[in-house]
Amino acid sequence: MNSLTDTSRRPTDWQGAEMQKRIAGRYAAERRFKAMGIVAIALSAGFLAFLLVVMVGNGFRGFAQTELPVVIDFPAVTSGASPSQFEGPNAEANLQVMGLRDIVDSSIEIQYGQDGTDLFSPGGWTAVSAEILNDPDIVERKATVYLPVVSEIDVAYKDEGTAGAEEQVRRLGDQLSTGFNWNFLSNSDATDPMQVGIWGAFKGSLITMIVTLMLAFPVGVLAALYLEEYAPKNRLTDLIEVSINNLAAVPSIIFGLLGLAVFLNFFGMPRSGALVGGLTLALMTMPVIVISGRNAVKSVPPSIREAALGIGASPLQVVFHHVLPLALPGILTGTIIGMARALGETAPLLMIGMRAFIATPPSGITDPATVLPVQIFLWSDEVDRGFVEKTSAAIIVLLLFLLVMNALAIYLRNRFETRW
Amino acid sequence: MNEDQKILEPSESVTMTDSAPTGITNESGTPKMTARNVDVFYGDKQAINDVSIDVNMDAVTAFIGPSGCGKSTFLRCMNRMNDTIPIARVTGEIKLEGEDIYASRMDVVQLRARVGMVFQKPNPFPKSIYDNIAYGPRIHGLATGKEDLDEIVESSLQRAGLWGEVKDRLQDSGTALSGGQQQRLCIARAIAVDPEVILMDEPCSALDPIATAKIEELIHELRGKYAIVIVTHNMQQAARVSQKTAFFHLGTLVEYGETTDIFTNPREEKTRDYITGRYG
Repeated sequence: MNSLTDTSRRPTDWQGAEMQKRIAGRYAAERRFKAMGIVAIALSAGFLAFLLVVMVGNGFRGFAQTELPVVIDFPAVTSGASPSQFEGPNAEANLQVMGLRDIVDSSIEIQYGQDGTDLFSPGGWTAVSAEILNDPDIVERKATVYLPVVSEIDVAYKDEGTAGAEEQVRRLGDQLSTGFNWNFLSNSDATDPMQVGIWGAFKGSLITMIVTLMLAFPVGVLAALYLEEYAPKNRLTDLIEVSINNLAAVPSIIFGLLGLAVFLNFFGMPRSGALVGGLTLALMTMPVIVISGRNAVKSVPPSIREAALGIGASPLQVVFHHVLPLALPGILTGTIIGMARALGETAPLLMIGMRAFIATPPSGITDPATVLPVQIFLWSDEVDRGFVEKTSAAIIVLLLFLLVMNALAIYLRNRFETRW
Repeated sequence: MNEDQKILEPSESVTMTDSAPTGITNESGTPKMTARNVDVFYGDKQAINDVSIDVNMDAVTAFIGPSGCGKSTFLRCMNRMNDTIPIARVTGEIKLEGEDIYASRMDVVQLRARVGMVFQKPNPFPKSIYDNIAYGPRIHGLATGKEDLDEIVESSLQRAGLWGEVKDRLQDSGTALSGGQQQRLCIARAIAVDPEVILMDEPCSALDPIATAKIEELIHELRGKYAIVIVTHNMQQAARVSQKTAFFHLGTLVEYGETTDIFTNPREEKTRDYITGRYG
C-alpha cells in the first residue's frame, strides 16, 4: 500500500526546459526524416524524368524520316501497265516482273542527275511498291512519291552530319521534308538504318513472352501451391525452398549457358528460336513466380481453409475453390515482376543465338527470332550514326510494350482482388 | 449403466478425482457419437488424456473448462479437423453411429459433411451470401438443379434465422454482413449440407450480447434436428443452451452429466471450483 502512495518520486515536470528540449528534438528528427524522404523521391523522379526526356527526345526522331520527292511517270516508264495487274493474288509477282527498282532509279536520275540515286536510301524504292499495292490506279498517271534519303543526309538534316552530307542538305534545301517512318513499324532488322524496323523484334519478343508465360506461370503456380499446401515440412522441402530462392538470384547469363547446354546441345532445338529463348527465360522467371506465389498462398487466412474443410471440401477443392482465387492477385503481382524482367533480359538470349541478324519476322516459335532488348543492344553497337535514333526509338517501343503488359496485369489483378 | 462405464476409470495423472465421471451414456436410445479412451498428442505433449463421452441426438452438449484444457482440441477430433495439423496424433476410438471415424475406410471429406463445424471467428467465404450457402451442396452434389439449390439455400437461411435479413441481397458479399449475421451465415452454411452433428467451437466469443442471444436462440431451435456440441468459455451460456455439460480440465474429462446437475450439484470439487469462479 505504501508504495502506491509514496511521494518520494519527484513529480514529472512536463513544462520544464529539459522536457521542452526533448520535444524540440523530436520534432526536428521528424522534419529531418521527412526532408530526406522528399529528397529521395525527388532524386528518383529526376532520374526517371531525365531518362524519359532523353529517350523520347531522341526516339521520336527515329520514327521520322527525311524524304525527297520523286516524280514517276508511270505510263511512260512501265510501257502500259494496267491497275488490274496489281490487284488480287498475283499482284506481288507482277510487281517483281515489272522491274520496279530500275523504274524508280531511272526516274530519280532524270530528276536529280546521274548520281541522283546516291541521295536515296538503297531500299527506298520498296516504298513505291507499297504505294502501288495500296492504290493500283497510280500506274495510270504521273505520280509524285516521297522516298527516304540516304542515312548520312537523314542524320545531317535532322541533326549534324558529315561535311559532305551537310553540303548536300544545303544544296537540296526546301526539297527535303520529314515524313513518318512507317517502315520502322513494319520492317525488321536491316543493314541500312533508313530501312530498319522494329516489327521483327517486337514479334519475337511477343512470341518469346508467350512461351515464357505458358511455361513459367503454370509450373510456378503449381509448384507454389504444392509446396505450401501439400508438401510435408522436412529436410527435402527445406532444401527445395533454399534452391528455389537461390535460383531467383542466379545471374541471368548463367541461365543462358544452361539454355545453350540443355536446350540446344542436348535436346537439339533450333537455334535462335523463340522457343529456346522462351524456355530459357521461363527457367529464370519461374523461381520469382514460385516465391511470390508461396507468399500469396501463405497469406490466405487459415480460417478460409478451415471453413471449406469444415463443410467437407477435399484438400484439392480447398486449394482450387478458395486458396488459389484469393492468392491470385499476389501471384499475378509476382508474375508481372518476373515477366517484366524477362522482357528486358538480354544476356541469356545472346548465349542461345538470338543475337543473329534476322531480317524477316518470325512466324513461329522455331523460326529464328530476336527480341527488343537484343535488337536495342545490336543497334547501339552499330557504327552508322543513323542507328542512334533507331536505338532510342526501339527503347520507346520496348517501354511501351512493358507498360501495356503491366497495365494488363494490374487490370487482371484488380479484377480478381477480393474486398474483405 | 452399461459396461462402458468400466472404461472410464480415472487416469493416474488426475489426482483430484477419486471417482469416474458418470453419465456418459445416453438414456434415450443410442448415442449419435461415442468416444472411448481418446488420447491426443501434439508431438510429445499430450493434450487429451483418456476421454470417453457420448453425444446425444436430442440434447445440446456443452464443453466447458478453463483455457487450454483441451475442449476445443477434443471437439476438433470429432470431425478430424486435427488431421490438418501434421504433429497431431489421435488414439482411442471415436464412432459416428457405430462407425469408427478414424478407420482407414472412413472418408474424411464425407465425415466432415456429416459432422459440420462452426468456428470461433465467423469465417464466411469472400463470395456472395448465396454462394456461401450453395458451396457445400454443390461440391457434394446435393442439389439436382438450380431450383433445388435455391430451395436448399432458402431453407438453410431460414433455419439459421437469417432469411428475413438477407433475402433481398443474396448476391451481396457474405463478408459485408455484421459479425452476428456472419456467424449465422456460417451456421446456415453448415446446415446446408444436411449434417447429423454440428460442432460449435466458441461460436459467440467474437460477438456482442445481442448477436450472442440470437445464436443461442438458434441453437435452441436446432436442437433435436441435429446433435449439437458447443464449446464455450461462458458458463452462463452453457447453462442456457445445453442439456448436457462436460467439464474438461488439463486434458481430462472431469465430469459429464445433466447441465442442471453440473451447475447446481457438481460431484467433483474441481467442477465446483470452476463453476463458482475460483479459477479458470
